[in-house]
Amino acid sequence: MPQEYRLILKHADEPGYTPDIDCYMRNGGYETLKKALSFQTKDLPDGKKQTPQEQIRQEVTTSGLRGRGGAGFSCGLKWSLVDRKSGKPIYMICNADESEPGTFKDRQIIHKDPHQLIEGMIVACFGNDVHLAYIYIRGEMPEGARILNRALAEARAKNFLGKNILGKGYDLEIHIHRGAGAYICGEETGLIESLEGKRAYPRIKPPYFPAILGLYMCPTIVNNVETLAAVKHIVQMGGAEYAKLGTPNNTGTRIVSVSGHVKKPGYFEVEVGKATLGELIFDEKFGGGLRDGRKLKAIIPGGSSAKVFKAGEKFKVKRKGPDGQLTPVEVDLLDLPYDFDSLQQAGSMSGSGAIIVMDDSTDIVAALANLSEFYAHESCGQCTPCREGSLWMSKALHRLTNGHGRKQDADYLIRIAQGIQGRTICAFGEACSWPVLSFINKFKDEFEARGARDEAKHSSSAGAGPSGEMRIAASPQH
Amino acid sequence: MSFAVPPDMEKELDELVTHYPQKRSASLMFLHAIQERFGHVSQEAIEWTAKKLDLQPINVYELVTFYPMFRQVPLGKYHVKVCRTLSCALGGSAELREHFCQKLGLDAKEHGAQTTKDGKFTVEFVECLAGCGTAPVMMLNEEFHEAVTIKKADEMLARCK
Ligand SMILES: Cc1cc2nc3c(=O)[nH]c(=O)nc-3n(C[C@H](O)[C@H](O)[C@H](O)COP(=O)(O)O)c2cc1C
Ligand code: SF4
Ligand code: FES
Repeated sequence: MPQEYRLILKHADEPGYTPDIDCYMRNGGYETLKKALSFQTKDLPDGKKQTPQEQIRQEVTTSGLRGRGGAGFSCGLKWSLVDRKSGKPIYMICNADESEPGTFKDRQIIHKDPHQLIEGMIVACFGNDVHLAYIYIRGEMPEGARILNRALAEARAKNFLGKNILGKGYDLEIHIHRGAGAYICGEETGLIESLEGKRAYPRIKPPYFPAILGLYMCPTIVNNVETLAAVKHIVQMGGAEYAKLGTPNNTGTRIVSVSGHVKKPGYFEVEVGKATLGELIFDEKFGGGLRDGRKLKAIIPGGSSAKVFKAGEKFKVKRKGPDGQLTPVEVDLLDLPYDFDSLQQAGSMSGSGAIIVMDDSTDIVAALANLSEFYAHESCGQCTPCREGSLWMSKALHRLTNGHGRKQDADYLIRIAQGIQGRTICAFGEACSWPVLSFINKFKDEFEARGARDEAKHSSSAGAGPSGEMRIAASPQH
Repeated sequence: MSFAVPPDMEKELDELVTHYPQKRSASLMFLHAIQERFGHVSQEAIEWTAKKLDLQPINVYELVTFYPMFRQVPLGKYHVKVCRTLSCALGGSAELREHFCQKLGLDAKEHGAQTTKDGKFTVEFVECLAGCGTAPVMMLNEEFHEAVTIKKADEMLARCK
């Protein structure tokens, strides 16, 4: 049976563990930074030389670390794409915008072990020749911003930041920048615009790849909080050692946020791919199962933008057989290993690592209406399909949840969603259309029945009012 | 009422500008500081910020209208923000917001932020606050509150003097 494997959250919930630097250093904190700063240039077998910076980047590549912010992009590869020849400064930004609905993991690191993030970030900055970096934290985390500011001041006082860090000739400054309540600031190019003091309008790629034309049109690395915390452990234990955690191509540990209709919602750090979706929801060590007497209805596996799974679904997933060959095998939804590749093969994604569970008391139409209202509110408005489409979808779903639906609304919603995905500047277009496409494709009968019911009601009694306040599911016991 | 920034605050803001290679970057942090101190961002505050950062007022104004956290009018002394998004909705956030509205004499059917007549409370639905595991969650001014039951909500209101 899988267990939690606490690497990043090792100390976070220990009694007496505090976010100050003394506590962090009593537990081995900043030793990795000292180690990184004392790497020496190495002679490689082929006669080439490898600088300390290159060694750090090599360790991260070897580790197989994939970004924990949403896209699961290889961190080593991202760093290798940075334009190092432009002569311009290279910036690093830690994405602490944590606003993908369902996700509450970065908050744990920031609040409970901020120095771990800062140490990881300093090491990552050193490895990438960065001298100025920012932590972009969402505006609704004022306490998190204060904790980080305090931690940065402590690190400065110990010369882990500032000029000539620990006498090794390396300069780095990190500042906190607060967002102000817009989800789109989580998208890395929107974040960069926001950090430049503008509206968070995402930039079009190409040409504005952050690695080449990022902050102030300089090469820029944007990494998630958890990704940077992992970098600390990678440099501490070595990339190859880190890669032994988790499963091939899905290495390391990952903090999974479980919310919704489970008995024990919470965050659980596990080796990637070592626990199945079913275990994370039902096992006593994790979600603890559904509320008594309830059955599973649906799972959103990777933050609200991930395509929904319907209870009982089966998938074809490629598995390595004893002969080492990849063969497709049929896997039940609950037996899907919770990793990047398996969820992708099952048609969704592990995204930000957030699992939202819905039991059979859930009104699936109302659940989608809730999410669509989120996206309608959060579209930045630059692209017509996204700006208009997200609002149309939300309005149509509002009609359906308020007694004014039509049978054809299901198809209408699908048509709008299809008109958005792939036709926008940023991935928000997919983020807002995937829930609609997947909810309706998988629960079409419920959407059509709702519309048909309203139509029947209206033809029999003209002018029937709305069905009253929207309730998504059976109320929890308070 | 004219807008005057006290010297201690101006010093803090000047320090913030040094964090960035380009002044304009400091605008969001300026607006946060101004809103914290004055409760909202007035037209004068926008003009003052623009002048400080060598910008046109429109460059600052468009931020105030884009970012949901900034407001141009004062809100209640106590600002209740209940999370509206899915995990919290599954955990009873609609009921929680309704309870606040009823208790404070506001109309739960109204959309958007609502302030009590005496200017003491503002109640508002906001989007996911990154606390979905302890739904329903809310903020009371800068404090974050998790697993908020009706009882906890009443206790919270009783503490608001
Ligand atoms: C609409 C949208 C919202 C996003 N929100 C976040 C977020 O809140 N936090 C985050 O780390 N990444 C978010 N991302 C992903 C970032 O764009 C970026 O890929 C990520 O920060 C890179 O870090 P990583 O490689 O370490 O994962 C979002 C992406 C999109 C398209
Ligand atoms: S897809 Fe939506 S959120 Fe992204 S840039 Fe276009 S309008 Fe803005
Ligand atoms: S859904 Fe309410 S905090 Fe995330």
